[in-house]
Amino acid sequence: MTASDIRHAGLNLGDTDELTHEQAGRALFGFWVFLMSDAVLFALLFATYGVMVSATAGGPTPALEYKILPAFLETLTLLTSSFTFGMTSVTMKRGASRRQLLAWMGLTLVLGAAFLGMELHDFADMFGDAAYPTRSGYLSSFFALVPLHGLHVFFGIIWIAVMMMQVMVFGLDAPVKINILRLGLFWHFLDIVWIAIFSVVYLQGLIR
Amino acid sequence: MSGPNLSKRDEIRSYATGYGFALALTGAAFAIVHWPSFASITTLAIVLGLALVQMVVHFRFFLQISFRKSASDDLRLILFAALIVILMVSGTLVIIFNLRARMM
Repeated sequence: MTASDIRHAGLNLGDTDELTHEQAGRALFGFWVFLMSDAVLFALLFATYGVMVSATAGGPTPALEYKILPAFLETLTLLTSSFTFGMTSVTMKRGASRRQLLAWMGLTLVLGAAFLGMELHDFADMFGDAAYPTRSGYLSSFFALVPLHGLHVFFGIIWIAVMMMQVMVFGLDAPVKINILRLGLFWHFLDIVWIAIFSVVYLQGLIR
Repeated sequence: MSGPNLSKRDEIRSYATGYGFALALTGAAFAIVHWPSFASITTLAIVLGLALVQMVVHFRFFLQISFRKSASDDLRLILFAALIVILMVSGTLVIIFNLRARMM
């Protein structure tokens, strides 16, 4: 078994680009360490939310504030964007036309922006109901957890835009390829955090 | 499937399979909350169970982690992070709920 039989996380370039593949293993491990530490950070915010969720202080409750349809649509949007990023990675690896690659990246960017728009609309609705972070322990922990994920998505969107520009300016050289692989890990990781959010926060709050 | 050198069709199939599973699991979780048919504690257990399965699906098909083929450093890091998460989250919940029960 040679070194190239072992796969790093995410899509592997493998024999389509041996030289970059060798560098990618080391480069992606560092990013993987960051993602796992981010996961621990999110997990602690989930623990805080779990402790605080009943501390509504006579104010808005989860059952009143959450709506199942927007949460479902946001989930579908983010899931689809994870799939389109998968197609971005395959397109990048297989050396398809630059236009095709940029189209998949652009689609992912639009889906991410749509998700963020819907989420901000939800937050605005909550503020309209006087459900703001300083109202109760429950709302403080909610606004610590869910918008932090939104902030990650926001930076993910900026990162996609930057990578689209890098693809246009530099073409697909080794650093650009490795950055797209890193971005892929980041984007798929955000989707995993969202699974925990829609289950633990939204669905738990809506169970009757 | 062997090593990192999959064919393009296999790669697309991996993402499409993951997407299909993810949609089905998400749909099931939302459906069971929208049309309640169990006691609420059972529903919560099912929702959390589905979430756990979906996370595994995402790790497998989107992040392409596999016990047999992934680099052992990556796997060790996932297991360590999972251990820390389980310890800290369950520890926090047990201690604080216990404290609340004593104070009530």
